[in-house]
Amino acid sequence: MKKTLKGLYLVLIVIFLYLPIATLMVLSFNSGKSMNAWTGFSLEWYVEMFQSRQIMEALENTLTIAFWAATAATVIGVAACIGLNAMREKSRAVLMGLNNIPLLNADIVTGISLMLSFLLFGISLNYGTVLFAHITFCIPYVILSVVPKFRQLENHTYEAALDLGASPVYAFFKVVLPDIMPGITSGFLLSFTMSVDDFVITHFTRGAGINTLSTLIYSQVKVGIRPTLYALSTVIFVTVLIILITVNIISNKKEDKKK
Amino acid sequence: MALIELIDISKSFDGEKVLDEFNLSIEENEFITLLGPSGCGKTTTLRILGGFETPDTGKVMFDGQDITALAPNKRHINTVFQRYALFPNMNIAENIAFGLKVSGKSKEYINAKIKYALDLVNLKGYEKRKVDSLSGGQQQRIAIARAIVNEPKVLLLDEPLGALDLKLRQEMQYELIRLKNELGITFLYVTHDQEEALTMSDKVVVMNRGYIQQMGTPEEIYNEPENAFVADFIGDSNIIDGVMLEDRVVKLCGCVFPCIDEGFGKNKPVDVVIRPEDVIIGSPGSGIMDGVVTSNVFIGVHYEMCIEAGGFEWLAQNTVSYPVGSRVSISVTPENIQIMNKPQSEDEEALALDD
Repeated sequence: MKKTLKGLYLVLIVIFLYLPIATLMVLSFNSGKSMNAWTGFSLEWYVEMFQSRQIMEALENTLTIAFWAATAATVIGVAACIGLNAMREKSRAVLMGLNNIPLLNADIVTGISLMLSFLLFGISLNYGTVLFAHITFCIPYVILSVVPKFRQLENHTYEAALDLGASPVYAFFKVVLPDIMPGITSGFLLSFTMSVDDFVITHFTRGAGINTLSTLIYSQVKVGIRPTLYALSTVIFVTVLIILITVNIISNKKEDKKK
Repeated sequence: MALIELIDISKSFDGEKVLDEFNLSIEENEFITLLGPSGCGKTTTLRILGGFETPDTGKVMFDGQDITALAPNKRHINTVFQRYALFPNMNIAENIAFGLKVSGKSKEYINAKIKYALDLVNLKGYEKRKVDSLSGGQQQRIAIARAIVNEPKVLLLDEPLGALDLKLRQEMQYELIRLKNELGITFLYVTHDQEEALTMSDKVVVMNRGYIQQMGTPEEIYNEPENAFVADFIGDSNIIDGVMLEDRVVKLCGCVFPCIDEGFGKNKPVDVVIRPEDVIIGSPGSGIMDGVVTSNVFIGVHYEMCIEAGGFEWLAQNTVSYPVGSRVSISVTPENIQIMNKPQSEDEEALALDD
């Protein structure tokens, strides 16, 4: 009895989490425009999606912004971590506090203040301002995921490398970097997803004519959503799913090898 | 000329003086140990030599050259770190080859050196192994191999056996002595374990609070401690207040003991050190003073007993067990009584009475 209840509860939770996505995926293959009636299987929305210049441009913007923002944030963030690591405990605590505030800050505040700053300095809003804004809000995430790796660095390996004659730069790339790599990877991936996900900050810092997927979908909601967006969402969801599974499989295999 | 000379080195951390005008010279091909409680400045001394700390004042001379400001990677000194500090992302061969690769040695040379070093530390055939597949003792030996392939003139060892269990530690002690003899390089060893220091060293430097307390061969340090701190830190000992009545006669616990020390003057208060194994226990009335056994513990080779006599609790070791409560006599042969001057000033007192 207890067991069936447990099972039932689990099933309910899973349904609750995944039914909305399943609905969306099913409707993306619907031949009609209806949001609630199944009128037959078709791939027309997928075809329309790939033929729509607007969607493809937004997709390209989203991915390139996410990639470059994550890359820049990772480089800047790791450099910041090197500095933080060399600091005394007290100054580090203060700076980590400063780092955490933007994380907790409401997106709307970040978005508006960034927009105001750009306008104040006479920078017209465009692709560049969006990218800059994304780099800004990604850096704290990178720092947050890399700092702990520095803390648990294998004792004295950096000093050991220097002791064996390596220059500080060589020692960093050969010894320190491989050790903190998992933190860097997760910082990068976190930044990438945060960037893809973001709507509010992008909305305030994009100029006219620049759209990412989130702003495009939002603007279409006002005029009525076409099922092409269901198809787009399905593609994004499946892509993310595949990436997640492969990453997990690869890291599991690495763990096995270590053992 | 000495290979290494530390001249008037002082170093403070956050206003706390760790080393105070510290002087030490190290000869070539010597196994020298810095021994002291934690916080005595021994690791700081080692890190200054390795180049990881800069002294506030003073000079570090190496082979006649001033290397005080030289970066660690420019020094012909290699270190074996406390927790091995092997590179986890490289296999054993790559770990050992690290220093050689940096200095641009040929592939053949590096491979030959890896073979030689693994042979030397008794880990033949471990080239392809991962670091974390090795036990603590094996990792430690790899850390030593990684350091010695660079043919340093000095090998610094920072409590390298601290993380190992007792049995392994003893094995490694013999291994280190063998290595030192085979390689013929200077070992500077840091430890808080007095047994380790006595077993391996040619010369022991006992340190406390940034000062050298005594320097000498293990025998000298053990048999003739210069002050109460050294006597207390090296092995167990009875440290008793006494009065030197005249040359070769000392009074302690109300009884007069013959000894062999001279030149302390008449009626001079002194510290007297008597090692527990030198306390001779006999039947009541047959020794210099009588007492009562208050505790008795069997610790393997012998029994360790406390004997209350003359207002002092004597620590004694004997292969014969005397039950608690029995009356016994105590005597000490004159040459086993070590007389030390009392600390002269308060400053000296502070040095001596650190725990």
